[in-house]
Amino acid sequence: MHGTLQITAEIVRILVALVVVIGFTFLNVLLLGYAERKISGRIMRRPGPMEVGPQGLLQLVVDGVKLVAKQFITPVESAGPLFRVAPLLAFMPVGLSFIVIPFSNRLQVRDLDTGLVFMLTVMSLNTFAILVAGWTSNSKYSLFGAIRSVAQSVAYEIPMLLSLLSIVFTANTLSMKGIVLAQHPVWYVLVQPVAFLIYFIAGLAETNRAPFDLPEAESELTAGFHTEYSGMGFSMFFLAEYTNMFFVCSLAVVLFFGGWSGPPLPFMDYTGAVWFLLKVYLLLFVMIWVRWTFPRVRFDQLLNFCWMYLIPFSLVNLLLTAVVVKI
Amino acid sequence: MSGYFITLFTGAKSLLVGMGVTLREMFKPVVTVQYPRERCAITPNFRGHTILVRDAETSTHRCISCKFCQMDCPSGCITVISEKREGVKGLTLLSYKLDFTKCSLCGICVEVCPTSALAFSAEYELAGFASDEFRYDLLRYMEEKL
Amino acid sequence: MGPQHPSTHGVLRVLLEMDGEHVLEPEPVLGYAHRIQEKMGETRSWPGFIANTGRLDYLSALIYNHGYVGLIERMTGIEVPPRAEYIRVITSELNRISSHLLWFGAFLLDLGAFSPIMYAFDDREQILDILEDVTGARLTYAYFRVGGVFRDVGDDFAERVRAFVKRLRSRFKPIYEDLVTNNIIFINRVKGIVGITPELAMRYGVTGPTLRSTGIRYDIRRNEPYSVYPELDFEVPVGSCGDCMEIYQVRLSEMEQSLSIIEQALERLPDGPFRNKVPRKLKIPQGDASFSVETARGELTYYLVSDGSDIPYRLKVRVPSFSNLSMLKELCRNMLLSDLIMTIGSLDVVVPEIDR
Repeated sequence: MHGTLQITAEIVRILVALVVVIGFTFLNVLLLGYAERKISGRIMRRPGPMEVGPQGLLQLVVDGVKLVAKQFITPVESAGPLFRVAPLLAFMPVGLSFIVIPFSNRLQVRDLDTGLVFMLTVMSLNTFAILVAGWTSNSKYSLFGAIRSVAQSVAYEIPMLLSLLSIVFTANTLSMKGIVLAQHPVWYVLVQPVAFLIYFIAGLAETNRAPFDLPEAESELTAGFHTEYSGMGFSMFFLAEYTNMFFVCSLAVVLFFGGWSGPPLPFMDYTGAVWFLLKVYLLLFVMIWVRWTFPRVRFDQLLNFCWMYLIPFSLVNLLLTAVVVKI
Repeated sequence: MSGYFITLFTGAKSLLVGMGVTLREMFKPVVTVQYPRERCAITPNFRGHTILVRDAETSTHRCISCKFCQMDCPSGCITVISEKREGVKGLTLLSYKLDFTKCSLCGICVEVCPTSALAFSAEYELAGFASDEFRYDLLRYMEEKL
Repeated sequence: MGPQHPSTHGVLRVLLEMDGEHVLEPEPVLGYAHRIQEKMGETRSWPGFIANTGRLDYLSALIYNHGYVGLIERMTGIEVPPRAEYIRVITSELNRISSHLLWFGAFLLDLGAFSPIMYAFDDREQILDILEDVTGARLTYAYFRVGGVFRDVGDDFAERVRAFVKRLRSRFKPIYEDLVTNNIIFINRVKGIVGITPELAMRYGVTGPTLRSTGIRYDIRRNEPYSVYPELDFEVPVGSCGDCMEIYQVRLSEMEQSLSIIEQALERLPDGPFRNKVPRKLKIPQGDASFSVETARGELTYYLVSDGSDIPYRLKVRVPSFSNLSMLKELCRNMLLSDLIMTIGSLDVVVPEIDR
């Protein structure tokens, strides 16, 4: 009796979590897309979207409706069913990553003991989706974009992992909630600033954001790996990119900025999420700001930067952390 | 070895300075004029399509049908039709047609007119559904609009 | 790389022979924007062609006007009043600055930076507003006439131009230098990529900032002076090694020198008529002549053959972008695709003037 109650409670909890997760994904994309367009507009001394809804608030909603209503054109030369599957592959890690992010002390779908490893694994599935998309498009531009993206992602996984490993050494646990709780007196960004910088730069490269946005370099490759996609396929890639950005920043907040900690609010167990989201959106603002400031890095310079600068620094950081933790 | 660190530091500094520039620009006012909700003031010297000027004293146009504008127009877009009427000195203008689809706004017609009968208007909101809308009848335009 | 591409500056088609990411040899294919301008030069009377010159290169239209009316004045011996000469110089230099600003924005857009184009266009709007007040048009000007200019400048012209000069000078350091020129990503993309040797440039007849970046100090305003340029004091910036960074620096320095020319010309602007009387049907004596001017892209030469009537017999236009672009095949062998696009951008090619 008690067992069935627990099981039904679990099932209800999982269903609620599912609905919240999917709803939150779309809401996040709406908000983030709107923020990006407004902020980029302001940087360029122009107002951004203003027509649809007051101050352009409904712009992304209307864009979503438009994209859904468009025809998903499958080019004749594309290679079979994998062409249609690629957008779904890009979108899939989204749902999975939500499972381990601690929004606040009680708001976490499942606190895995190896939450960090799980999250990193799922985030790197994105590369696979890009490769499938570019390859099955059978078009020269898409192929270029896909290959560039794979090389870039593979190269930048390493400094990302190394910088996160130093955090794991400092916190002594791999579970996400554990890392947040371990940041008690001082946030890890003050303890490991180099690791944060390296992680942030590698995160920019992982999500294919400028200045590392070669796979979708508009002025060179007319949209890169998603040239051949239209309608729902394109919107899936779009959703996946924005949600990936969210995940990279939320991982940074959990690991470096103390998760949900902040000045106390009533019902802190649940409303800690407010501080969490505030910090995540601040980091997202920095990502958007960086994108609209710098030109694109050339491909070999990108790899050069990774191997010559990021990896040595993250290795040295890791060693120092290991030495200090042992002492 | 020191070159490595120097490049790193100057590079990082230049990136931060650049980010500071865009941050500063973000807080400055918007440069865009949100047409059509707001409009810009158009200078009176703007070259819209030509019009027949309504003279203040005689209250009609000043054209004497000399056809200089028609002859000198490089695009051949002006057609002037006139006739000689009994008892009226000089020619009477019957119709003045400007084919604006061919006009390049060079201003030769305005310059060459001996009575300064032509001038540039300030019409810039030109959008239509058929090319016939841009074959202006300047005499009628003057009668109705000016 | 077809005629429809986000970063070819106009309808330019470049055939690329590629090996992975490397371009073995690029070959530009032209002709997509041909408009029979030279034939129109043979069917229009002398003043009628001025509107066409503005459309050849729409970014430095006033300088193209200047070349054509200068040629007719040279053939007929018609004098231009000093006020008109100074007005011509001021407006031409403003046009040159606006063309360089657009080049700057487009070059950075090719590289992937989305904000500097907006900042450059903010400055360019000021120029376009000033020129609209003077000439009546924003881009394709037909303002110069044989014997002077179409209309005199307004009373507030000097004040507006001085305010603009001050504003642009104050924006050079914080926006153009800090955001772009010193940026490490930009420097790594642009420096040392391609080296135009002086010998290569001379073999293809390259002129303009591209030539001056290789070290050859050749500027029509100094070497074959026309109008009132001999009376004005300005330097001709040169580079040293002919790579894209040098071309970029030369163009930015040229903008500063143009500002200095404008200030001097405003100081010396005399009063007087703005146009000398010219007969309505201008007949040019039989013969041929040519006239060169320095546009934002290089040397522009008009060559006219007249048979004594009021319509030219043959008009030939030598445009700078054609020679600049023809260098591409030899220059860009074995280059990465990104670098090729950056090089085409730095050559500042306007395709409609190549195809005429």
